[in-house]
Amino acid sequence: MARYKAPVQSKASQIFDVIFLVVLTLGALFVPLKMGLSGAAKTVAEPVANPTWESLGQTPAQAAQYEALGYDPASAHDLILARFDYSFTAGALIAMIVVIVAYYVLMLKFSETEYREVIAEKFDGK
Amino acid sequence: MANTDITSKTMDGMGPHGTVVGLLRVLGPAHVWALGVGIVLVGEYMGWNFAVGKGGAYAALIACWFAGILYTCVAMIDSEVTSTVAAAGGQYTQAKHIVGPLMAFNVGLYLTFAYTMLEAANAITAGYLIYVVSTMTGYAGELDQRPFIILVIMFLAWLNYRGVLATLTFNLVITAIAFVAILVLFLSTSGILGGGIMQHAALMEGHELPYGWIGVLAAMHFGLWYYLGIEGTTQAAEEVRSPARALPFGTLAGIMTLLIAATLTWYVCSGVLPWEFLGDGVNGSVAPLFDTARLSGSNALVWLLGIGTLFATLASANGCINDASRAWFAMGRDKYLPGWFGAVHPKFRTPYRSIIFLVPIALIFALGAPLDQVITFSILSGLLEYTFMPLNVILFRKKWPLNTIKRGYEHPFHPLPALVLLCLCGITFFAVFLGYGTQLIAMIGFYIVVSLWFHFWRYRFVNRGTQFTMPWPKPQGY
Repeated sequence: MARYKAPVQSKASQIFDVIFLVVLTLGALFVPLKMGLSGAAKTVAEPVANPTWESLGQTPAQAAQYEALGYDPASAHDLILARFDYSFTAGALIAMIVVIVAYYVLMLKFSETEYREVIAEKFDGK
Repeated sequence: MANTDITSKTMDGMGPHGTVVGLLRVLGPAHVWALGVGIVLVGEYMGWNFAVGKGGAYAALIACWFAGILYTCVAMIDSEVTSTVAAAGGQYTQAKHIVGPLMAFNVGLYLTFAYTMLEAANAITAGYLIYVVSTMTGYAGELDQRPFIILVIMFLAWLNYRGVLATLTFNLVITAIAFVAILVLFLSTSGILGGGIMQHAALMEGHELPYGWIGVLAAMHFGLWYYLGIEGTTQAAEEVRSPARALPFGTLAGIMTLLIAATLTWYVCSGVLPWEFLGDGVNGSVAPLFDTARLSGSNALVWLLGIGTLFATLASANGCINDASRAWFAMGRDKYLPGWFGAVHPKFRTPYRSIIFLVPIALIFALGAPLDQVITFSILSGLLEYTFMPLNVILFRKKWPLNTIKRGYEHPFHPLPALVLLCLCGITFFAVFLGYGTQLIAMIGFYIVVSLWFHFWRYRFVNRGTQFTMPWPKPQGY
């Protein structure tokens, strides 16, 4: 079997490949961001009207540090009360596991096929 | 045993790839330490505190130590494999020789994006710091941070373009200063030197685990930030004078340094700053060590930690440019990417085209995305890479058992570190899923699409046997 000789790639094709990768990269970060799906939005479930340090659940020691940082109860309200929502469905968790496992299986399988060609050509001269 | 002494003169520079101009072998163990710690130390100055936001202060400490175990496994595994694969590209080159081309392509992208996003996060922090300093020194207007972000990235790219020795010597000095600044803050505020201001019990009263134990799991997400990038030491493999000695020594010394720095950082910050403020790295504490210094009442500490934060961000961004460009360069050299990227500068002997190409990418992310999203993007790329490592070392030991090729370092208790690493990666995937699930799926979707693109299109431009450049015997089982 003859050794594989890679074709020469044209400049236009090389440029296209790079643009393709860059667009995909930017898309992976910015599409979820622009669509408001990037997650991690902390929300204030139960706002407190006319907040005081006590109503925000802060001890005197905690309140003193906030004041040293330049906050008062009103300006610290959202910072103190905002929380993540960690509720999730079993379906979403299973979907994530399937996607991750499928990704690695796909990659290892294709890699193995390619690797056998490399080893055969390198060591067996095929 | 095959003749695989990687300190051999015949393997110097780019010899294995048959090119005339190679990267310069000028670095020692201290440079390797500086590269690893320099990239990571910024993780103590910013970003780790998002772990407090995800689970509370105690959760962040637990995450700090479990992430420390994860990275100790990474360092041990990496030290063994890279002490035999002394070529630019680090884990990319390992994957190419041990797992296969598609895995290598993915690992090369993990490296490039993890480091480029980290570089962007550093530039954002540097811009923020200059903004804070401007307000503290009496500037009344709203300082535009963008010119400083651009300046940081452009200046460091220029430094990298000019040469690796100057770049990493610069890193060595500023990393050492940033590390000393953490020690001084700890000594000055903990009560060891003078009066202490720590009040952990009072500040955490009623908020010990605000999300319960699921918050501890969730905190693992940003727990990685304490150490993310230590594996970058392997990128210098082709430029160190003695890879078999310098790489394991520099990497393992680096992880020990970081374990100390991370614990001290948690201790001083959580003992001074309320957890809700500390845990919000966007609207609250962007630079927690600096904020801790502000509450210390000492102007000297404020200046020292301000300088430390700036130096840490510069050192990290500097190392990130170095590492991302090496990974991109290595893929270009193998034609995994257009070969144009595989060029070495004829005078400075640096991968200059890769350095220049990645500058606008870093700028787009630094100027266009919030800090936590940029950090998450970086962490996810890192996490995918760490999941590859146990697979890599298990296959490495299987294909080339210990008696078949010479290693500069053999990590103990194999396969225990690999299995522990795999378990901790699984936990961290779940931690990212809690709160950032969409980002996770978008990222994996991206890698699936580019994998299909590589396998069915790009790989046709790659010669097969010539990719295997190490002078190793044929792997067992093939």
